[in-house]
Amino acid sequence: MATAVSILHVVLALVLAPLLLGVINRVKAKFAGRRGQPLLQAYYDIAKLLRKGAVYSRTTTWVFRLGPIVSLAAVVASLLLLPLGAVVAVVAFPGDLLLWVYLLGLMRFVTVLAALDTGSAFEGMGASREVQFSLLAEPALLLGLVALAAWSGGLSLSQLTGTHSTGWLTGTAGAITLLVSASWLAVLLTENARIPVDDPNTHLELTMIHEVMVLDHGGVDLGLIQYAAAVKLWVFAALLAGVLLPVRTAWPLVNLAGGVAGVLAVAMGVGVIESTMARLRLLRVPQMLVAAAVLAALAVVLVLR
Amino acid sequence: MEPWLDVIAVLLILANLRLLGTSRLSVCIQTVAAQALLLGAVPLLMHADELSARLIAIAAVYTVIKAIVLPWLLRRAARELGGTREVEPFIGLTLSLLVGMGLFGVSLFLAGPLKRAGQGHSGLLIPVALFTIMVGLLVIISRKKAITQVVGYLVMENGIYVFGVAFAVQEPLLVEMGVLLDVLAAVFVMGLTIYHISREFDHIDTDRLSTLKD
Repeated sequence: MATAVSILHVVLALVLAPLLLGVINRVKAKFAGRRGQPLLQAYYDIAKLLRKGAVYSRTTTWVFRLGPIVSLAAVVASLLLLPLGAVVAVVAFPGDLLLWVYLLGLMRFVTVLAALDTGSAFEGMGASREVQFSLLAEPALLLGLVALAAWSGGLSLSQLTGTHSTGWLTGTAGAITLLVSASWLAVLLTENARIPVDDPNTHLELTMIHEVMVLDHGGVDLGLIQYAAAVKLWVFAALLAGVLLPVRTAWPLVNLAGGVAGVLAVAMGVGVIESTMARLRLLRVPQMLVAAAVLAALAVVLVLR
Repeated sequence: MEPWLDVIAVLLILANLRLLGTSRLSVCIQTVAAQALLLGAVPLLMHADELSARLIAIAAVYTVIKAIVLPWLLRRAARELGGTREVEPFIGLTLSLLVGMGLFGVSLFLAGPLKRAGQGHSGLLIPVALFTIMVGLLVIISRKKAITQVVGYLVMENGIYVFGVAFAVQEPLLVEMGVLLDVLAAVFVMGLTIYHISREFDHIDTDRLSTLKD
């Protein structure tokens, strides 16, 4: 039963991931007083792109074609390792949290390689920024994982979120939960190129990061990249929701429903942040990420004290 | 009520980090006020089952002075002095944050032997008190403007207050009131001094002041 629910989580994640983008856009539209695009717009976009053919520049090599495929494969593999609150992951073993982090690292790496393979100075710039920011975001993510691992005494992601019962906001557990969540929220926004760090809507400005790396991809490749980005958003939102949500019942299906509701709530939160905040100056982004890492380090200190 | 003390301790740490990380003067002042508000709640939470009118009165006076009156004075001083509204640190804000994290480690280390002395409360209060004092010192030595030094002084006083509360039941609060009175007077004096420095030299940059020759 528990395994079936775990598999159901992966299926739901694969099906619902583009919906998160729709939810974010709908929240932003409501804030702006617009009606907004359809909730399922991301699905239409991806379906349209998948029907198209791809055009490859003569300067690119197989690395460029490999990028989207490997990044989608890596993010789906990371989904298999990911628990959703009390819903354990399909694959869980001690130390899988490092594999999980490095699968996401692999995804970023192949995207950067594909961007560099085009030989475009513009894409190189985007790649450089992407790497710079994720270099600073990774300590925050890892320190948060270390804090929770030391607190729960397990080295597997499923143990981390499964046994970490948040006594809501009270006590050391609550403090650790809040610190790690705040830190991971910054990581989520950075890794998914959301607003305080990067604007997912601009294709014109010189300050964009993620979008600039995929400028030369088209057709099926772009569709795969957009889908992989949506799944990545789901992965981070599920991690955050899994830690924050106090849904730890004996019924796996209830846990799953609570977790999915939590993921949607995180998407709404991202929408609110995007509507109410302006993008940070590029020079201020590292400061935000260092602050996030400091919060996570504080959580580690609280656990180890 | 005990679990809430931990939460307040963490919030105090976060306020300290925010103080180190922000570039705006108004946010600094706001943070000190928020910190004082949190501190006002600490003695009430610690003695939640034996609340006396005296305790409540002392906490209320403390909160009013440190969370409302002093920030108001500072804000007025900042407004009347004009100039830039940034803090102008000697060391970068990111580095300040990292140094702050290091200071927290140091205060945890220093608080180890002190833990036995203060009993019956959250183990975090003493390290947080030491941390707050150190952050106050750091702000005093690492920021250029005279007004941020006043802010650092207030933060240090907040730390001393936590220290007093962590160790004591009611009597040291009286000592604390004495210190508070001193601080109030000191802030008035500093306010006047800053005003005069500003009038005399057209800036409140202590760095430039120290290179004066007679």
